[in-house]
Amino acid sequence: MEVKVERQIRTGLNGDEAVAYAAYHADVDVIAAYPITPQTIIVERLSEFVHDGLLDAEFIPVESEHSALSAVVGAAASGVRTFTATASQGLALMYEILYIASSLRLPIVMALADRALSALINIHCSHDDAYAARDSGWIEFFAENVQEAYDLVIAAFRVAEDKNISFPAIVNLDGFILSHSIEPLYIYEGQDVVREFLPRREPIVKLDPDKPITIGALALQNYYIELKRAQAEAFEATPPYIRKILREYSEFSGRKYDFIKKYMIDDADIGFLVLGSTAGTMRHVVRKWREKGRKVGLISLTLYRPFPVDDFRDAVKGLKKLVIMDRSYSFGSPYAQLYMDVAATLYDEPEKPDLINVIYGLGGRDFNEYTAEEMWEKINRPGVKKIWVGVRGD
Amino acid sequence: MADDLKTWRELPVAMIVDQPGNTVEVETGTWRALRPVLDPSKCIKCLICWVYCPDLAIERLEDDSVKINYYYCKGCGICAEECPTKAIQMVEEGV
Amino acid sequence: MGFIRRLNDIPREEYFAPGHAFCAGCGITSIIRMVLKAYEGPKIIVNATGCMEVASTLYPRTAWKVPWIHSAFENAAATAAGIEAAFKILNRKYGYNKKVHVIAFGGDGGTFDIGIQALSGALERGHNFTYICYDNEAYMNTGIQRSGATPMGAATTTSPAGRVIPGKPQGKKDLVFIAAFHKIPYVATLNPAFMQDMYNKLVKASQIEGPKFLHYYTPCPTGWRFDTSHSIKIARLAVQTRFFPLYEIERGKLRITVDIKKPKPLEEYLKLQGRFRHLLEPENKHIVDALKEEIERNWQRLKMLSQLDFIY
Repeated sequence: MEVKVERQIRTGLNGDEAVAYAAYHADVDVIAAYPITPQTIIVERLSEFVHDGLLDAEFIPVESEHSALSAVVGAAASGVRTFTATASQGLALMYEILYIASSLRLPIVMALADRALSALINIHCSHDDAYAARDSGWIEFFAENVQEAYDLVIAAFRVAEDKNISFPAIVNLDGFILSHSIEPLYIYEGQDVVREFLPRREPIVKLDPDKPITIGALALQNYYIELKRAQAEAFEATPPYIRKILREYSEFSGRKYDFIKKYMIDDADIGFLVLGSTAGTMRHVVRKWREKGRKVGLISLTLYRPFPVDDFRDAVKGLKKLVIMDRSYSFGSPYAQLYMDVAATLYDEPEKPDLINVIYGLGGRDFNEYTAEEMWEKINRPGVKKIWVGVRGD
Repeated sequence: MADDLKTWRELPVAMIVDQPGNTVEVETGTWRALRPVLDPSKCIKCLICWVYCPDLAIERLEDDSVKINYYYCKGCGICAEECPTKAIQMVEEGV
Repeated sequence: MGFIRRLNDIPREEYFAPGHAFCAGCGITSIIRMVLKAYEGPKIIVNATGCMEVASTLYPRTAWKVPWIHSAFENAAATAAGIEAAFKILNRKYGYNKKVHVIAFGGDGGTFDIGIQALSGALERGHNFTYICYDNEAYMNTGIQRSGATPMGAATTTSPAGRVIPGKPQGKKDLVFIAAFHKIPYVATLNPAFMQDMYNKLVKASQIEGPKFLHYYTPCPTGWRFDTSHSIKIARLAVQTRFFPLYEIERGKLRITVDIKKPKPLEEYLKLQGRFRHLLEPENKHIVDALKEEIERNWQRLKMLSQLDFIY
């Protein structure tokens, strides 16, 4: 597969539109979604593509998010390519079906326009919803910018549908910050181009009158744990296959994708770990701080689940301190969610950096270079373990 | 009932059951306390018992006469109750 | 064309296997067997959580010989909608070339209550599928708790026949009309004791395009507390007392399909079932009267509406 930049168009789209184009270019078969800010543009754009005859798909305008995921479960079980999108409360509403979709090994792709969970109701960016899905057996990607949102949705279909993987996948894009911001990006000329990377789905199991199977039986104490053990084994075996597909996609698109991104980390003393669009801000901040003589570096995760344990342990070698930035909060937990993932990953390492947890950006609170400076001042105080930044009163 | 419990490595992918109708291996006939006894001479081949048996324990033969399959019959008694000629009687099991 | 005159006309082939775990005398298996026979050609079953799903698919076994999926409790209609859409695409985009019946089953719990939203959405969107509610008038699978379909006065574990409140205070929701007024092409009530009527309605439904809603009366010896051999007898009395009228609404035209000219007294129906036994006490006569009045109003409503050329 050769680099196909010449078959791509340079344009400007917001994150939601980019995601809609990605699903359209991936020639998705069935879409079921319920509108929720800040994902609404995805749903609207896809309806336009279908109603204008550009995308030959069935668009089911369901009456709730729970039905949205249920409908794509039915469609995916029938062997076609499926897509849905939601955020925040919508994800919470479809929560029980997340576990079902993964256990039944249905390669559904979902775009999540990350938004805070109520109360109070807030339509802006937090990673509550992204984290809520992390135990359910979905592969999770994080997009840093609109280009990545587009690319990762297309790659996610290949990843999810790969016969050695066959798990559903979420692509996270920060609500409003990416979903509603127009950025320049490359998109492919059309479905024909993408088809070379993403051929028609070949399901590993499906509802087929010629070969009847029972999907979703009742399992009692004598079988449930074995079934889960098998699912766990399959999920843990996915990373090499995911990596292979991301490598292929990198060649295909001309843009590099892997599990994690590192910036100026090799000789850094203090590393910053972040998910989503804030990585873009932090890259700029890290460069500025380096000019000031601060030995800092940045790690951001493209793949969040399965957690890229090996890549991550490798990336933090040599760091004295690692600042883990969480755009969410886990009440009653010793630290926030990403910190806990990291602490568990590094616990057995013979050498590991000091860890500090920074809570930032909840409900769309802006994180900019001034907030970063506040963060710098706070993390360098002695004995600091967990701080909030950008909060009036702290 | 005898069921070789499989290890996790032997289970079909996606938790599916890929043998349609394999409940046929289960002897639900052990459930019953009463058993139906058919007098074929009274049978008018109306098929009411075949239609109503919840356990698919009444077999419909070529000529629409019926035969009771005691491997599955749970002894509910619907066949005896509904038979228009009282060709089926419920008797205590094991007597 | 599939319609029957006698029971002997019912096709022989079974698509549902014995060895399942339904209670002795359960009324659910009748609808399963007859639907699978009456709907000719390829079919896919979607099941909500409940008695039907649990008793027929205890891993690693299944009684189903057709493709079958269960995902959750309240979403049979939504899952079915997804399957219907998938097969539309398979036919249109990938040359699949087969008409597949999509049939969703839900109990009264998964249909009247927790599943009503998904059902309503699917009906409103006009998917080509059949939804069959097997109504045993309570959440039976979890232990006989009351539902929106439990009749007034019935004793359930969450509406017990207590000293102060004797059974369920509220009446039964009319889901058939709720479904019908989504303006769908076909709704019908089915009762196993009237098998020709039931089977032929299934055949008719299978030949109609669009959403179909069928309401199946499901006798439950375990939950209603009666002798296992009385299932069909009680089902018959339900119709003969006009408690469960048999009718259909086809493209807006309502037809009573089994006319009961001289109804049997309701007490004959109630006295056979443990869940109603307390209603035969003199102090509960007012409840029986209320039930009788509701039955009468329902019947008169059906009679009046059946005289119109269309009700929607």
